Amino acid sequence: MIKLDLSKKQQKNLIRILVALVAFVVVFAVDKSIELSSCIHSEIGWLLPFFLYLAIYATIGYDVIFRAARNIAHGQIFDENFLMCVATLGAFALAIVSGVRGEHIEGFDEACAVLLFYQVGEFFQHYATDKSRKSISSLMDIRPDYANVIRGGEAVIIQPDEVKAGEIILVNPGERVPLDGVCIKGNSSVDAKALTGESLPREISEGDYVISGSVNLTSQIQIQTDREFYDSTVSKILDLVENAADKKSKTENFISRFARYYTPIVVFLAVALAVIPGAITGEWSDWTYRALSFLVVSCPCALVISIPLSFFSGIGAASRRGILIKGSDYLEKFDQANVFVFDKTGTLTKGNFAVAQVCPEYRRDEILELAATAEQGSSHPIAKSILACCPIKPERGYTLTNVAGQGVAAYSDISGGDVILCGNEKLMAENAIAYEKQSGAGTAVYVAKNGEYIGSILIADELKEETASTIAELKKLGARTVMLTGDNAEVAKSVAVSAGVDEYKASLLPQDKVAEVENILSQKKKTDVVCFTGDGINDAPVLMRSDVGVAMGAIGSDAAIEAADIVLMKDDLNGLPLAKRIARKTMRIVRQNIIFSLAVKAAILILSALGITDMWIAVFGDVGVAVLAILNAMRANMNTRKDDKAKANLCI
Amino acid sequence: MKKVYRLRDLDCANCAAKMERAISKIDGVREASVSFMSQKLSVDLDESRSESIVDEIVRVCKKIEPDCIIVR
Repeated sequence: MIKLDLSKKQQKNLIRILVALVAFVVVFAVDKSIELSSCIHSEIGWLLPFFLYLAIYATIGYDVIFRAARNIAHGQIFDENFLMCVATLGAFALAIVSGVRGEHIEGFDEACAVLLFYQVGEFFQHYATDKSRKSISSLMDIRPDYANVIRGGEAVIIQPDEVKAGEIILVNPGERVPLDGVCIKGNSSVDAKALTGESLPREISEGDYVISGSVNLTSQIQIQTDREFYDSTVSKILDLVENAADKKSKTENFISRFARYYTPIVVFLAVALAVIPGAITGEWSDWTYRALSFLVVSCPCALVISIPLSFFSGIGAASRRGILIKGSDYLEKFDQANVFVFDKTGTLTKGNFAVAQVCPEYRRDEILELAATAEQGSSHPIAKSILACCPIKPERGYTLTNVAGQGVAAYSDISGGDVILCGNEKLMAENAIAYEKQSGAGTAVYVAKNGEYIGSILIADELKEETASTIAELKKLGARTVMLTGDNAEVAKSVAVSAGVDEYKASLLPQDKVAEVENILSQKKKTDVVCFTGDGINDAPVLMRSDVGVAMGAIGSDAAIEAADIVLMKDDLNGLPLAKRIARKTMRIVRQNIIFSLAVKAAILILSALGITDMWIAVFGDVGVAVLAILNAMRANMNTRKDDKAKANLCI
Repeated sequence: MKKVYRLRDLDCANCAAKMERAISKIDGVREASVSFMSQKLSVDLDESRSESIVDEIVRVCKKIEPDCIIVR
């Protein structure tokens, strides 16, 4: 049996619906077969079916009537309770009229059925909304409930926010890491899927940094916290998720504005439909009946519920893949984004400098050794990359002198020993050393020993593996791609070519990047949406300024989380086309729901005005459409799961 | 000052929209957003008289959707 997860209120409702349904079927069957009104052979024969149906009506509809009355008392007239009451009570009244006149009675059964159908629909609607809300929310729920902190040699269970920075916490297998910190004891693997969407667990050993919110999988570890709970990754993400629904999309605002006018207009039309043709033809009951069907369809529920639900599902689907979207507004905009501006370093490229070339190649080891010796005291990224590439430990016993803006001069401590010069062209020129100019793109480091030129090293930033494919995919979607960088034109050009971006702007200072984005924004067409993607370092103002700001690899970068509209938790550009696909799918579902609901409603309105349909169809037009639209909305979250599986299968 | 409140038993999406409109009109509320999906109300309100404004919000919501409770 399917296990239904129902609240007390829902259980009560379900029982009530079932009881009313059974009673209705019994009464209806008896009525149809022997005609209840003919049981009592008198003028008041119609009272028997009237009271039987009234009992059912009261069982199923008392809350609707109560709410309608209460809301009218509060000055809220046009709500669905009111509309259902008017429609069903109207049908009842029509049946009473024909009963009193001694005509064939029709309408008691219909009024009950309509209300019953409405309640079933409402029940299912609530159930489905509730269910999808819970399933999506639980995915986003990464809040740790407690922390095992070691105090006085014993593990004490306390609230995560009571743990101080620097304390040692114990994390057992299966538990969520409550605070950020460094692993100081134990080896394990942790699952950060909820945070980054990365499905492969990460191996953790002593000295590794563990972020809160990830789940410890295999064995117990001890973590020395380096910050308090409010400052931890998990708090920041929760904060972001909690406030995510703040900015509503244009579509959502449009729908709620639409709903505001739709109901009164339909009610007005219903009154007109009853009064005008009724007065002309004199067939009051027929036209009143048509008008009542009108009222049933006049509730905008299907739209009002399914549109936010579609967005919510889409945001949920994205967050499961490590993409946090800070509101449906950005999901909508991102779907339209067609100008993608990228920061170069750290976004398109790895941001780690590496030795790309040594010239001449046959003296590679010698050149690297000399450069490493000279650069060993420096913490500059270039120096680090040379040291990382050098096969042996740099020689000690040198006095290192920094030549500002030029490089380093290393003097051997032995008198008459070697003098190594390592730096840029200026350093060579200054010391009158004839050097061979490096022509490759990147930063060139020239090395000379005792006034003699030895060779050069080319340092370049590496392109990320996924950069070219991501750019290609975006271009396939019709996007224009632009790269901004602080590097010189030569470097920019070479990166731009290998990444495949359409345009690039080089030699930009951080503030120039804002100006450049402003420039793109001012030149764009009205339908263009400019999306800026950066790694969150130094580009918070640009993230804020662009239409949609995307921050990458944002764990640990607070400014970026603050400033961005979409956050890719994983430092992986593939998140961009993925987010684009999710946005596209969500918006497609949103549009489907709008068109479908409006079309069905319009059709039913016209048909019931013409007297072709009856109230049954009208109820379908109300709750049936709402339920279908909700099911469709849930697809925004479901289908991507299939995607996931397909991808996982490919990996295996 | 921005505040977020949880809404219990917010069952009707149309009511959420109505509540949002009504709350936005309250004097001292700069911006209000009611999310039916996340069952949350976020308001940007005048800090100096936040207490009375929140009282007013509760009153207004009670009028529109008496079943819905604002968790303070």
